[in-house]
Amino acid sequence: MDAIILQILNGLDKGSAYALIALGLTLIFGTLGVVNFAHGALFMLGAFCAVTFSRLLQLSHTVIDETQKDFLGNPLKVDVPYIYEILGESAGAAVIDWAVPLSLLMAIPVMIAIGVIMERGLIKHFYKRPHADQILVTFGLAIVLQEIIKYFYGANPIPTPAPDAFIGSFDFGAMIGFDAGSIVYPYWRLVYFFFAAVIIAAVFAFLQFTTFGMVVRAGMADRETVTLLGIDIDKRFTMMFGIAAAVAGLAGVMYTPINSPNYHMGMDFLVLSFVVVVVGGMGSLPGAVLAGFLLGIVEAFASMTQVLEILPGINQIVIYLVAIVVLLTRPRGLMGRKGVMED
Amino acid sequence: MTDQTSNTGAVRPATSAAPKAKSAGFLGLTGKDASLVVLVAVLTLLAPFILNPFPEGSAMAQFNAGYPDLMQRFVIFGIFAIGFNILFGLTGYLSFGHAAFLGVGSYAGIWSMKLLTLNVIPSIIVSVAVAGLFSLLVGWISLRRSGIYFSILTLAFAMMSFALAYSVLTPITGGETGLQLKYFDPRILDGALAQGETPRANLFGLEMGASYEMQVGAWLFTFNAGYYIAAIAMLVAFYLSIRIFRSPFGMMLRAVKSNQNRLNYTGISPKPYTLAAFVISGMYAGLAGGLLVAMDTQVGAERMFWTASGEVVLMTILGGAGTLIGPVLGAGFIKYMENIVSTINKTTLEGWFAFAPDWLTDVLVTIVYPFVGKGWHLTLGILFMAVVIFLPGGLVQGGQKLASMFRRKKGDDAAASQSQPGE
Repeated sequence: MDAIILQILNGLDKGSAYALIALGLTLIFGTLGVVNFAHGALFMLGAFCAVTFSRLLQLSHTVIDETQKDFLGNPLKVDVPYIYEILGESAGAAVIDWAVPLSLLMAIPVMIAIGVIMERGLIKHFYKRPHADQILVTFGLAIVLQEIIKYFYGANPIPTPAPDAFIGSFDFGAMIGFDAGSIVYPYWRLVYFFFAAVIIAAVFAFLQFTTFGMVVRAGMADRETVTLLGIDIDKRFTMMFGIAAAVAGLAGVMYTPINSPNYHMGMDFLVLSFVVVVVGGMGSLPGAVLAGFLLGIVEAFASMTQVLEILPGINQIVIYLVAIVVLLTRPRGLMGRKGVMED
Repeated sequence: MTDQTSNTGAVRPATSAAPKAKSAGFLGLTGKDASLVVLVAVLTLLAPFILNPFPEGSAMAQFNAGYPDLMQRFVIFGIFAIGFNILFGLTGYLSFGHAAFLGVGSYAGIWSMKLLTLNVIPSIIVSVAVAGLFSLLVGWISLRRSGIYFSILTLAFAMMSFALAYSVLTPITGGETGLQLKYFDPRILDGALAQGETPRANLFGLEMGASYEMQVGAWLFTFNAGYYIAAIAMLVAFYLSIRIFRSPFGMMLRAVKSNQNRLNYTGISPKPYTLAAFVISGMYAGLAGGLLVAMDTQVGAERMFWTASGEVVLMTILGGAGTLIGPVLGAGFIKYMENIVSTINKTTLEGWFAFAPDWLTDVLVTIVYPFVGKGWHLTLGILFMAVVIFLPGGLVQGGQKLASMFRRKKGDDAAASQSQPGE
């Protein structure tokens, strides 16, 4: 029992990342009908927003500290981050410690801006072109984006730690009445899961309970009629592209403590998130979320040693196997709508 | 083709007789295709000269591509891209998992060399056959869906092959270390090697690495046996692809691309045609894989990774999907960038811009440097995007546009209007 709970928990954090990226992909596909292969790159850009922000916070200048001496007796030179001088030492240290969550604030406007620029500058010209062209041009864009990041940040992963308060693990098993030590789970992964849940809930609430969301949903269902009613649906769809980019970016920001960001992390996630989207059903938002968590959990279970003893290597391929089976038995995916991508 | 119908009856016998006479002339090709094949053949066979335009030891010598290893890559990836183009260019099915067939072909080829003989002919035949069987299986399943679903299915199969080759199938694939030829391999058709001799791939005794070097003045030209074998394989592959493009079968594939529903309404199932195209392009990939093994007797799973599949997509689109020569050009272009442009470093750039004042040199080097050397992928990505946005017909269409502009300047409008993107 405890092993099962542990695997479900393990699946949740990866599943959260899959679900968030797949949600953004589906938002773009459902509104604009564009297959965005650059979505993994947006996830990666979000992660590098966090890197940039924590570097900005740590910008420092060198001062000569008369109170400390080095071994020769000269005054010691120490680096003092500017933030210490602005906020005072303790508050400044706290801000630097909380750099990753704080960079969410920077990532939201930056990612929305990137998304809107991308849509207006490039994707807009591809609505009338075949899906293959959309895949190809966004694939090219993904290469360009990741090479730019590689040029500025180098090819090595950049460790970006979580706040001290969330470093380490807690004993989840003891909390719910199992033996101590049976289910140990890192804090930050739990944070990531709750964060993903909040973002997903926020996106659904936004679509369900605001006028803007209502118009967008109407546009997804029947674009022509909405346009005939005199609503500038293009403008709102552009905004949705920005929001989808922000969702991917936020997923990237919060993922940095789990996996140090490097320039190709986006591509690694992209392939899997496309599988997730297809399994969930193209164009279905609940499907994307469901499939994201489901595949994350399936992957976690396949990595159990007991399973690997029976089927060696299954953890490497299980997601693709599930995708093949789902696509062949339920052609529209788990919750796909009729008439989407069936030309 | 169209001018034939527009002609009056009196002229028709003469015009319709002309292509027939030509088609009988050269292996069943029409005049234009025949000259294309001849052109490609001449360029490929003279490649050691053409790709080595700069004298040895000169500043430009690093742009020489006429060394065996790179020339082999040009033609082998040319084959890969030609095969991919038969699927994507004709039927429009975008496979994101073609590298799997290349990888499977490579593994099959090296096992043939390990178990049977070091001769490359059986090894290449085994590669093609095994890759063909594997693509039959993958195609049979994947082709049940189309569009993005097809792309994802092929991607899923390729990633599964990659993951399995890395983990469970290690006894067959060598896992992370890959496979190499060993002294103690059985090789039941060959005799035992002499003590201390290293096993090398050969063609009836002619080793793939054997080269004849020709020194002409400051130039050094290398004629490599392996390159010429690969080049002949590519010429055959190229010729076959032209025949496929011009055949009724090729026409059916184009019909699949333009409108599947219409095919269904006329009572024709597109599945056998697409499956045949898929298997043919899988066999091309297997041939490329077998040749890779023949030239460099080792295999690793990384050549099945999905980025390798992405690379052949890049090659085909960059050169011109659906055109005859485009994929070969694209493959050559990308391999040239990967091997030559990637070696340009800051010192080289400073050497180039040395004519300018110092400050201008610094500015130019700073601007250019991100796009060359390790950043060549950036140039590739930008070029690729530009091609997809502005030139859906790839470099070939670009060349045709330039040519037609040039011709229009001469006032020959009729010729310009005739040059269509080769689809």
